Amino acid sequence: MMQKVYRKPKGFYDDFFRNPSPDKKTTHYCPGCGHGIVHKYIAEAIEDFNIGEKTVWVSPVGCSVFGYYYFDCGHQQAAHGRAPAVATGIKRSKPESIVISYQGDGDLAAIGGNEILHAANRGESITVFFVNNSIYGMTGGQMAPTTLIGQKTTTSPYGRNAFNEGHPLKMSEILSQLESPVYVERVSLHDTAHRNKARQAIRKALQIQIENKGFSFVEILSMCPSGWKVSPVDALKWIKENQLPYFPVGVYKDVYSERKTKEITKRVWDKEKIVQALDLDRRIESYPRSKPKKEIFEEPKVKIAGFGGQGILMLGLLLAESAMLTGKEATWIPSYGPEMRGGTANCHVVIKNGKISNPSVDKPDILIAMNQPSLERFEKEVSDQGLIIIDTTLVKKGVSRKDVQVFAQPFADIADKELKNTKVTNTLILGALIGLTGMIDKKAIFDAFKKHITRENLIEVNKKAIDKGISLVK
Amino acid sequence: MAKELIKGNYAVVKAAILAGAETYFGYPITPASEIAEGAALYFPKLNRVFLQAESEVASINMLYGSGGAGVRTMTASSGPGISLMQEGISYAVGSEVPCLIVNVQRAGPGLGNIAPEQADYNQSVKGGGHGSYKLIVLAPNSAQEMCDLTIKGLELSDKYRTPVVLLSDAFIGQMMEPVDFPDPLPQKDQPKKPWATHGTKETMRSIINSIYLEPLEMEDHINRLLSKFKKIQENETMHEEYMVQDAEILLVGYGITSRVLMEVVEIARKEGIKAGLFRPITLWPFPNKRLVELAEKTRDILVVEMSDGQLFEDVKLQANCKKGIHSYTRMGGIVPTSTEILQKVKKIMGRN
Ligand code: SF4
Repeated sequence: MMQKVYRKPKGFYDDFFRNPSPDKKTTHYCPGCGHGIVHKYIAEAIEDFNIGEKTVWVSPVGCSVFGYYYFDCGHQQAAHGRAPAVATGIKRSKPESIVISYQGDGDLAAIGGNEILHAANRGESITVFFVNNSIYGMTGGQMAPTTLIGQKTTTSPYGRNAFNEGHPLKMSEILSQLESPVYVERVSLHDTAHRNKARQAIRKALQIQIENKGFSFVEILSMCPSGWKVSPVDALKWIKENQLPYFPVGVYKDVYSERKTKEITKRVWDKEKIVQALDLDRRIESYPRSKPKKEIFEEPKVKIAGFGGQGILMLGLLLAESAMLTGKEATWIPSYGPEMRGGTANCHVVIKNGKISNPSVDKPDILIAMNQPSLERFEKEVSDQGLIIIDTTLVKKGVSRKDVQVFAQPFADIADKELKNTKVTNTLILGALIGLTGMIDKKAIFDAFKKHITRENLIEVNKKAIDKGISLVK
Repeated sequence: MAKELIKGNYAVVKAAILAGAETYFGYPITPASEIAEGAALYFPKLNRVFLQAESEVASINMLYGSGGAGVRTMTASSGPGISLMQEGISYAVGSEVPCLIVNVQRAGPGLGNIAPEQADYNQSVKGGGHGSYKLIVLAPNSAQEMCDLTIKGLELSDKYRTPVVLLSDAFIGQMMEPVDFPDPLPQKDQPKKPWATHGTKETMRSIINSIYLEPLEMEDHINRLLSKFKKIQENETMHEEYMVQDAEILLVGYGITSRVLMEVVEIARKEGIKAGLFRPITLWPFPNKRLVELAEKTRDILVVEMSDGQLFEDVKLQANCKKGIHSYTRMGGIVPTSTEILQKVKKIMGRN
């Protein structure tokens, strides 16, 4: 005679050792609760697919917060509503694991509405089991986003009112509208036939993840006799009479057969490849320390100012980069705050032989003013015996101070007429600057071009501009 | 390896990868977006994960999942985004999940603006989320330190299984400086994490969790965390000092402010004022032992910061100098100039 053997599926622990209650055999759920049944179906599937070792279970906040009492697998407990984000983090880190996010209705549809929507929309290769019992169970029967119209709860004592709280959220319908999910089905636990379908749906959802095809979602209409304040038997009827009409069961989306398995790529740990990928494989030639014409140019603070679009930031960058190539310390910072208003741009460059303290330039030794407002604004700040370079194409009123060195040229005009490219006005000025100061070896600047000028065909004209700039000084 | 002139924000990304970070989850916000952009560029090249999350709330919870699954993980944001992350940070502390959170501070409260401030000091060093806890808070003041402290942050985070905050600011993040990058940490030298949920047979009993329903158990858990923080306090303080030996006035500041203060010391010394600089590198644990020592020897202390005096309050609570502890603050995105600070110094020293 055949004997029916009742045993726990292997997906469960033999003993619920993490449960602080002295009874290590039964669950903490109320009599007649649907969670136990859903748990059993999942545990059976974990056993049959033999995926326990690979599985990481993400528990929500709610009655099923203690999922880790029961399932024999790795566990992470998530903040309220965030289980799909936590599951995303796990799956992306360990793409070979099977990640299950198990959530109730308050958790998934209210506080975690955004996390589930986006995890589904990204098509995360995770499986979400959504237990919908139209109420907050754990916290004592408050209204859930899936509480039905007219349903009385402790926070909807007069019954849910659509005009006040809106209508119950239909998560399966919503998620099935998205392009990415592979499989979305709503099932119910109210009778044997429906339970069989629930069991099948749970298996299918896990199968999809085992094949790494993408996001699968099963919504389960489930009994909460305690929250509904009915007997376990009446709870089955309650589902049929109240939930089913509003939340129709069925497959809302299934593109399993169309979706391909996603390849899992291995991280690259090879040293050479990492260095190369991070662009840290650049060989730097070292250039001799240059001998500036005045002491003030040995460790200068430079301010470059003008309109946005004049290549101000790039001029500063090339200066800082080439200074670094000649073995100096350098800082570069674009300006902030009120200085940025009115379409003006400026940047600060500090060059020193040793460690640079303050990278902000309040009193520049060198000011490059490419428009009138910049000159007017910063002229008075320039240090005694400092250098001011102005582009007379735009700066019509000259420098009024007498205690500074001034170099004035119609740079933009020269760039336009002689180099046929106003875009190189900035490098023309840079050429003049190194001609005037002897601060930097021109070869170092040419080397800096390689890093900062991405369009190869522009390098030649920029080199010409540097030479032209130097020649303007002589 | 090559020296590179690079923005602090980009240095963070390269450093994280060199240290073995495998995942980056984040949501763009100025002035931290360059970190997300850099991560988006570099992480995928090495089959590592860059994911732009739907919110900072999601980002930090992805970090929780990722750090819990045993890989080095990070995010970056700025004030408003960091505020949103507080829930997840508290969970990560409670569940002992290592992760690195970069805060490129901007001006607040509210939407504020995108210029540098240092007003998230209290939020960072006092915890910021619910519950009794501390965060390791590292404050870089250069692009090089954006690199070095990113690596250090990931290490400390793993060593103590606790989140680390790299508290930078818009200035340090945007500034370019030469950075010397170290060699990548080989996979075999990455820390082993048997406690994490790797999705393997060996780690089936791993659990990432912060629920302790029994008050006594909860108290034990908190005490265990607190003893860990105590150990961190004993072992992990970092600071920098400059010209402190004979200083009559000790300037205290961190981040970009400390760079300006260093210049103030240089100028003051030239003018015959004995000034020195004390810069905390770890804001928590605060290097108070050394500060207290130095304070006793100096006449005055001047704390300079870009907030309403949050660091000043902490210094005042700990240090006792002969004359007075003073505060100089700028806010709204203004970096104080060395000239204005020097004026304050002179006033304190009775030199006008
Ligand atoms: S409150 Fe409801 S959902 Fe929670 S355990 Fe009890 S019956 Fe189940």
